[in-house]
Amino acid sequence: MFVRGLKRKCFDGEEDIEGTLAGIKAIPSYNLQRQSLLDMSLVKLQLCHMLVEPNLCRSVLIANTVRQIQEEMTQDGTWQMINTQSTGQASLDRLVSTDILCRSSREQAEGKHVPGYSTFTKDFEGDQAQDNSETMSTASSVQAPRNLQSNVWEMENPQENKGNFQKSLDQIFETLENKSPNSVEELFSEVDNSYYDLDTMLTGMMSNTKMGHCDGLETFSSPSTTTSNSNCKSDLNELDHIVEILVES
Amino acid sequence: FAGAGGGNDIQWCFSQVKGAVDDDVAEADIISTVEFNHSGELLATGDKGGRVVIFQQEQENKTQSHSRGEYNVYSTFQSHEPEFDYLKSLEIEEKINKIRWLPQKNAAQFLLSTNDKTIKLWKISERDKRPEGYNLKEEDGRYRDPTTVTTLRVPVFRPMDLMVEASPRRIFANAHTYHINSISINSDYETYLSADDLRINLWHLEITDRSFNIVDIKPANMEELTEVITAAEFHPNSCNTFVYSSSKGTIRLCDMRASALCDRHSKLFEEPEDPSNRSFFSEIISSISDVKFSHSGRYMMTRDYLSVKIWDLNMENRPVETYQVHEYLRSKLCSLYENDCIFDKFECCWNGSDRQQRRFSTELFFFLPRLCSIVMTGSYNNFFRMFDRNTKRDITLEASRENNKPRTVLKPRKVCASGKRKKDEISVDSLDFNKKILHTAWHPKENIIAVATTNNLYIFQDKMN
Repeated sequence: MFVRGLKRKCFDGEEDIEGTLAGIKAIPSYNLQRQSLLDMSLVKLQLCHMLVEPNLCRSVLIANTVRQIQEEMTQDGTWQMINTQSTGQASLDRLVSTDILCRSSREQAEGKHVPGYSTFTKDFEGDQAQDNSETMSTASSVQAPRNLQSNVWEMENPQENKGNFQKSLDQIFETLENKSPNSVEELFSEVDNSYYDLDTMLTGMMSNTKMGHCDGLETFSSPSTTTSNSNCKSDLNELDHIVEILVES
Repeated sequence: FAGAGGGNDIQWCFSQVKGAVDDDVAEADIISTVEFNHSGELLATGDKGGRVVIFQQEQENKTQSHSRGEYNVYSTFQSHEPEFDYLKSLEIEEKINKIRWLPQKNAAQFLLSTNDKTIKLWKISERDKRPEGYNLKEEDGRYRDPTTVTTLRVPVFRPMDLMVEASPRRIFANAHTYHINSISINSDYETYLSADDLRINLWHLEITDRSFNIVDIKPANMEELTEVITAAEFHPNSCNTFVYSSSKGTIRLCDMRASALCDRHSKLFEEPEDPSNRSFFSEIISSISDVKFSHSGRYMMTRDYLSVKIWDLNMENRPVETYQVHEYLRSKLCSLYENDCIFDKFECCWNGSDRQQRRFSTELFFFLPRLCSIVMTGSYNNFFRMFDRNTKRDITLEASRENNKPRTVLKPRKVCASGKRKKDEISVDSLDFNKKILHTAWHPKENIIAVATTNNLYIFQDKMN
């Protein structure tokens, strides 16, 4: 099943894992590590939005990494795992593997102040209104992956580049939504509604409600269908076009 | 490299350190750019708080012929202030991303400084005399009653304490939607370029209300965005040629004579990926953080996360030289991704041109050595690295207050990648990833280097014999 043995070099600490069990566990552990990397990347993209303005280069690089993982997972046929595990039970395994993954350097990092990542999560905790986000800290804490992924979309700040940029990942998930329509459609249902509010966006209030997109969960009732998603997208394009003109004039 | 090598090797000694001694770093004091002016007499730093500090080298003291002049503070000014973008509801950071000096044309000095959105042209001028003896004004500035004036005198200039004034002469604003990462002055000394993540604009130094867009890689549909511009620079001699690097590890050379919008490159420099090193982090570590032309313009140097590459402008398919800065980090990429260090943007620089480097030519009688012969770049743990292109030797040095004695030769450092750690070596796991040297600069004529740690500026000189 390991078509390309070259991938063995991907992860830190991998040698330890392979050393103990002569390659038998290497295959599931690779998947686990890959999944951890995917989760970590999604968290990073989400945290991007808390900054002054996201570093576009960093966001693009992380998104490309996510895309790469998803492409590979699609080819391997393991993409379905994400949806079946969206209830959150297997999440612990995946996050634990991140712990194993980065253990040696995390111990070192905890001893020293690592500014970027942990600071962002603290800010995130401070600003959060939603219960499901308050528990989010380092990767070693328990966090339901569905909330993780749904938070990526709900937290998004509808500025021109970020909004459009998130949509690119939107589409990746969208192509896979056919495999499990229910959970993924629910993911999309809340996102686009926030863009309808042109007025609040133009008066700059949307950034104040970027945490409040979670509040949006309470106000928006049932998940919409795929047709409404495409309507959302065309409206979104118009909106972005308007914003683009305003920004660049 | 230092010490036991041949007589031509440079021996670096600590000279000075500027900045707070505290371990507790104030965020505003984080140094974000370092640049010598064209003569090397002035050294400018920019910080996260939007300030520019310029140091001036003392005139060489004839009695102290064993060391060159020290750098002392010459001028400090607030270049950029934090702003608020009301449309996007976002703060615009005042952090100075780059400083570039203009060549000196008269008594004043000029530099360009930029934050994420706005470029400013600053004039730094000295005043050491003031006029005295006005007819209509008292010395304190109060106006005299004209009816009390019975004689006339000619005002004269009298000496005063030196005052260095910085004033903004031009403000180039509202031309960048994305964050400016580079500015580069053209060899015509009339125009310059500014590059953000997706676009490059061409400006005239005299004209602030418009600029020309010369590169635009923004896709029509932002969903398709996969690559951004990371750095750009004009060719040192050809005023129509510039290069820009990308997050995918490519460099494009463009000729402005070809078309108004240089979306089609004249040359594309890209090294094919090494399949044995492929991982999910391959693209991230291939992202180029800095690009610098050699003084002749024949070569250019790029910095990606793990290496420095030298490219011959005549060969697009691979670099002519590659130097590993900290290969021992390759097995740690996942951790460095988690703590975001993998996104650190290291800069690189060439040694200064001319005189000093001709020492190498005594050995190489039959052909001229490459004068841009040493490259320098930073790493973690306050280490910085130099690679000698002629001898193929490299050295790791540390910027630390512990090597504080002037004229003491710096001890080379070594990182132990794996296995048994020898005495004086440092293991990879002990490296402090918060102590990073992102910005270094080499004096244009002398062997003097400026190395910026998080909030301190170190100046090292070679040991003059």
